Amino acid sequence: MSEPTSRITLEVNGRDVTADVPSRTLLVEFLRDNLGLTGTHVGCDTSQCGACTVHLDGIAIKSCTIFAVQAQDATVTTIEGLDPAADHPLQRSFQRCHALQCGFCTPGMIMAAASLLATDPTVGAAEVRGALEGNLCRCTGYQPIIAAVLEAGKELAG
Amino acid sequence: MTPFVYHRPTQLADALALLRDEQARPIAGGMTLIPTLKQGLAQPAALVDLAGIDVLYGIRLADGVIEIGAMTRHYDVATSPLVIAHLPGLADLAGQIGDLQVRNRGTIGGSVANNDPAADYPAAVLALCAEVVTDRRSISADAFFTGMFETALEPGEIVTAVRFPAPRRCAYAKFANPVSGYALAGVFVGVHAEGTRVAVTGAGPCVFRASAIEAVLARDPAAASFDAALLGPDGLASDLHASAAYRAQLARVLAARAVARLT
Ligand SMILES: Cc1cc2nc3c(=O)[nH]c(=O)nc-3n(C[C@H](O)[C@H](O)[C@H](O)COP(=O)(O)OP(=O)(O)OC[C@H]3O[C@@H](n4cnc5c(N)ncnc54)[C@H](O)[C@@H]3O)c2cc1C
Ligand code: FES
Ligand code: FES
Repeated sequence: MSEPTSRITLEVNGRDVTADVPSRTLLVEFLRDNLGLTGTHVGCDTSQCGACTVHLDGIAIKSCTIFAVQAQDATVTTIEGLDPAADHPLQRSFQRCHALQCGFCTPGMIMAAASLLATDPTVGAAEVRGALEGNLCRCTGYQPIIAAVLEAGKELAG
Repeated sequence: MTPFVYHRPTQLADALALLRDEQARPIAGGMTLIPTLKQGLAQPAALVDLAGIDVLYGIRLADGVIEIGAMTRHYDVATSPLVIAHLPGLADLAGQIGDLQVRNRGTIGGSVANNDPAADYPAAVLALCAEVVTDRRSISADAFFTGMFETALEPGEIVTAVRFPAPRRCAYAKFANPVSGYALAGVFVGVHAEGTRVAVTGAGPCVFRASAIEAVLARDPAAASFDAALLGPDGLASDLHASAAYRAQLARVLAARAVARLT
């Protein structure tokens, strides 16, 4: 029996995409392998690390734990689409605050933080820690990441 | 992961028809099912996505009962003004499930249908005398959770909503496994006109009522601690995360914390 496929139509980083993919294709596989958007990383593939975090209709989700076909008709934003000039306040504050070392967790951290700040840019450190619970970093010790998110929040709140 | 055919019906009747095939499985948030498929522990020939069925969403209050549609995400329960006002313990519980990304996808229907021994929702459903509503009947919480990963659901039966009668007061206290986020033990206390119910999750093979603690609370609603004889290690789970004795101790302490939070 040949592999069952699904036709999917969704918007990725502002672009309409239509493709026929095996139904079991994960969203992260579709983004990386079909669309070449390799900014979204796979750290664990078991929903633990958050490196694969993207926005689905504006909210943070783990793209290793959703099939591409489940994103039918949805809007997906990856780190490449967060800001056309790669100049989002979070991208700047992560550099300023040294919130990355190897950078593996960074796209996921920024996408999770962006979803939090879009809800409320005035959040405090406790809320930031809470919202990033599903994102693991093996390098920084987290403190600079929290600082960077708070800084970006201040900028966004104006 | 084995290949499967994917369906996304928009009507409950169509989903039920597709699920008459024994090889088909419903998928809700996928937070439990997709990891299970990746490990090859389930190999369904077809997945029936419930996400396109509008009637499975939403939180409503009618006649003192809060009804939460099966596809309602944990995040939406945690932040619902209706739930926060009438069932603050439930909103608190939903906000403690996993992490933000998990709460943005996982659903109440998927959680109760799955009945993981360490899941949070079963404790609330049991302590709040909730009814699990399906496509064909309504099942009381006492009859719904039948064992480890086991429920009263028949093959092909879909949970459509959970109905919570608003209690006088309720609260949840959880000790999360720091790695998985699941409950090593979690205790939900619901104070009803008929009496107080105390449900324990995480500690045993299936959520259960701590009846000896309920009896103490009937005499002393503000009891500040519960001694070892009221909830012992017999029948509780022992694994690499914690011994049964440690889980029993956690459950007694969490029961006292939940009672203290009732105000
Ligand atoms: C990293 C991580 C951490 C987590 N931490 C916690 C935690 O701390 N506490 C906790 O309680 N849970 C936790 N979970 C589990 C999470 O809450 C899941 O969302 C939940 O267990 C299942 O819901 P779902 O909507 O994702 O269901 P799915 O994974 O889609 O489905 C689960 C099962 O239920 C069946 N099913 C789904 N919906 C229905 C329905 N309406 N009727 C009948 N059957 C149905 C499916 O066929 C499947 O067998 C965690 C998950 C992850 C990945
Ligand atoms: S790769 Fe998705 S959570 Fe780790
Ligand atoms: S910067 Fe290396 S894992 Fe976070």
